[in-house]
Amino acid sequence: MRKVMTGHKAVAEAMRQIEPDVVAVYPITPQSEIAEYYAQYVHDGVVHSELVPVESEHSAMSACVGAAAAGARVMTATSSQGLALMVEVLYIAAGMRLPIVMALANRSLSAPINIHCDHADAYLARDAGAFQIFCESAQEAYDYTLIAQRVAEHDRVRIPGIVNLDGFTLTHTSQVVEPLEDEVAKKFVGPFQAVHPLLDVDHPVSWGTFAMPDYYFELKRAQQAAIEEAAGVFLEVQRAYASLTRRRYAGFIEPYRMDDAERAVVVMGSTAGTAKVAVDALREKGDKVGVLKVWLYRPFPYAEVAQALAKVRAVAILDRAFSFGALGALYSDVAAALAHSKLRPTLANYIYGLGGRDVTVDQILRAFAELKEARPETRLRYLGLRE
Amino acid sequence: MPSIKALAQREEANARFTSGHTLCAGCAEPIVVRTVLNAIEEPVVAASPTGCLEVATSRFPGTAWNVPWVHVAFENAAAVISGVEAAYKALTKTGAVKKRIRFVVFGGDGGTYDIGLQALSGALERGHDFLYVCVNNEAYMNTGVQRSSATPACAAATTSPVGKAIPGKPQDRKDLTEIVVSHHVPYVAQAAVSHLVDLANKVERAMKYEGPKFINVLTTCPLGWRTPRDSAIVQSKLAVETRYWPLYEVVEGKYKINYKPKEHVPVEEWLKTQGRFRHLFRDPQGKERIAEFQAAVDRHWNDLLRKEQCLSGDEAGQG
Repeated sequence: MRKVMTGHKAVAEAMRQIEPDVVAVYPITPQSEIAEYYAQYVHDGVVHSELVPVESEHSAMSACVGAAAAGARVMTATSSQGLALMVEVLYIAAGMRLPIVMALANRSLSAPINIHCDHADAYLARDAGAFQIFCESAQEAYDYTLIAQRVAEHDRVRIPGIVNLDGFTLTHTSQVVEPLEDEVAKKFVGPFQAVHPLLDVDHPVSWGTFAMPDYYFELKRAQQAAIEEAAGVFLEVQRAYASLTRRRYAGFIEPYRMDDAERAVVVMGSTAGTAKVAVDALREKGDKVGVLKVWLYRPFPYAEVAQALAKVRAVAILDRAFSFGALGALYSDVAAALAHSKLRPTLANYIYGLGGRDVTVDQILRAFAELKEARPETRLRYLGLRE
Repeated sequence: MPSIKALAQREEANARFTSGHTLCAGCAEPIVVRTVLNAIEEPVVAASPTGCLEVATSRFPGTAWNVPWVHVAFENAAAVISGVEAAYKALTKTGAVKKRIRFVVFGGDGGTYDIGLQALSGALERGHDFLYVCVNNEAYMNTGVQRSSATPACAAATTSPVGKAIPGKPQDRKDLTEIVVSHHVPYVAQAAVSHLVDLANKVERAMKYEGPKFINVLTTCPLGWRTPRDSAIVQSKLAVETRYWPLYEVVEGKYKINYKPKEHVPVEEWLKTQGRFRHLFRDPQGKERIAEFQAAVDRHWNDLLRKEQCLSGDEAGQG
């Protein structure tokens, strides 16, 4: 049944249906509502979950790791500085191969302190070993929360997963969302299978042991294999979800009017919607333009991105955060994806929308206009910046 | 209450912490770990923050732990055990876990007094059902004897060395036991590795309570204290006899000093046996510093006596 709800409510509803055994969470703007919704579910007794209202995000992820190692299905959520505090333990969760799924209400990083959207927090966790999905809408945030749980817990994967949704733009605005019936959602996610749980006291295991140079490298190599596996499993789970819901989810990326596109923008998150409006306007005028939206950011879909952009003449890659001292992180990934292509589009890198700066259709139109004159260059361009 | 013999029998029947670890010769930590684990009859899941104990017992692919055990990082053992305990509650509700399981953290003073204090405070306030044992050897021994907030005044550590301007650690130690008491948890105690039956009794009493339990165990370190390798127990005993480390417990807010030395042994007797205090016996100002040290020990002891008198379970004692 279609309902009007915020992105936060959509994520909280998915979490209620997943019904993790343990939710450890700490408030931070703009994530707090997820914690509040879930606390209400627990206090109303509609879920069996144990809520651990921790004293910091560091402890949130630490409690999640403890609970997951104990044999529980575990979820959390955070944002910005919260993720920054958590990131030490996120790396450890990945190294310990624990399938902890979290919503990340994307928000800028201090300083200056700012509560609004950009992707600096997601980029901070880029190399942590968690898979990352970016959502364009509240519907996607709901759908990909269910999908992420099944990907994370798959026995070939077992790593943490992050579902990104743009702070305020998605978290606090109301949209039409069509959630699954509880029983359908529960059946889709399936029961949780613990591996070597601490609570199996008859079969004692040690978790989080230390490895010297004789083993460390191989263990980290195995972790890389796990996140590579996450790509294939993502496709399997996404396909199952698409056939269950008849939603048009197919692949790591979503091409929009890309078939004959000569110019394209590559984006993640809610800006994809803005870019689609710009593309529709330009198509009306006969311009051959398109949008390539990236759903799965880690593991990065190099081959699919290269294929999608192979015949495009010029591409603008939009990064919603700096990677200080370097070109944008998404740009670097796309450039690497195209490094071995025979036909290489000319690439431009735009930084946009930092700290909640409005992202407008006009900004995207400007990027498309500038792409007409695009020449090979290695520099940053900006959208919506006063200079 | 378990006797030494009973503890040894449990150890023989099922060693919960095995040999093969790489803790230093003369280290008191394994004695504490064994005694605590053997004093609990139910199945145990243990956790440790990063530190000597963790590093020396869990080198992949080996382990010295014969109970389920988890390490995550340095500052978060109390948060980790919170998660384990929450998982236990949830899975007991669903019927997936049926046994009564107890939860114990073994953390060093660095991971407890300093970097792990926030996580500890949070876990105590939330009321998780676990026992936190601080294996307190009074400095960051694992990383090479750097000072912690448990390090006593004047002690030489590698980050509070004896220099020409500043001789050893200028600050007094933090009173973590009293900080934990302020969380109003059901059971808090101080114990020492030299008094094993007392320690085992405390663990047994603690485990009768639901909720957070905390025992601060003085655990000697020959490397960091610069004492002979065969002196760990003697050192610990002297710390108790000089009243430097009182053995006491606070049960539901009621204080009880478990051992009151009959004779007043000056703390100097304990200080002079340790290399970390050697400078006090060479410096011209050493005498003054020892007197200050003694005054602090006396003040703490007298405070404790007063608390026992005012806050004992004994009605007559409540003047």
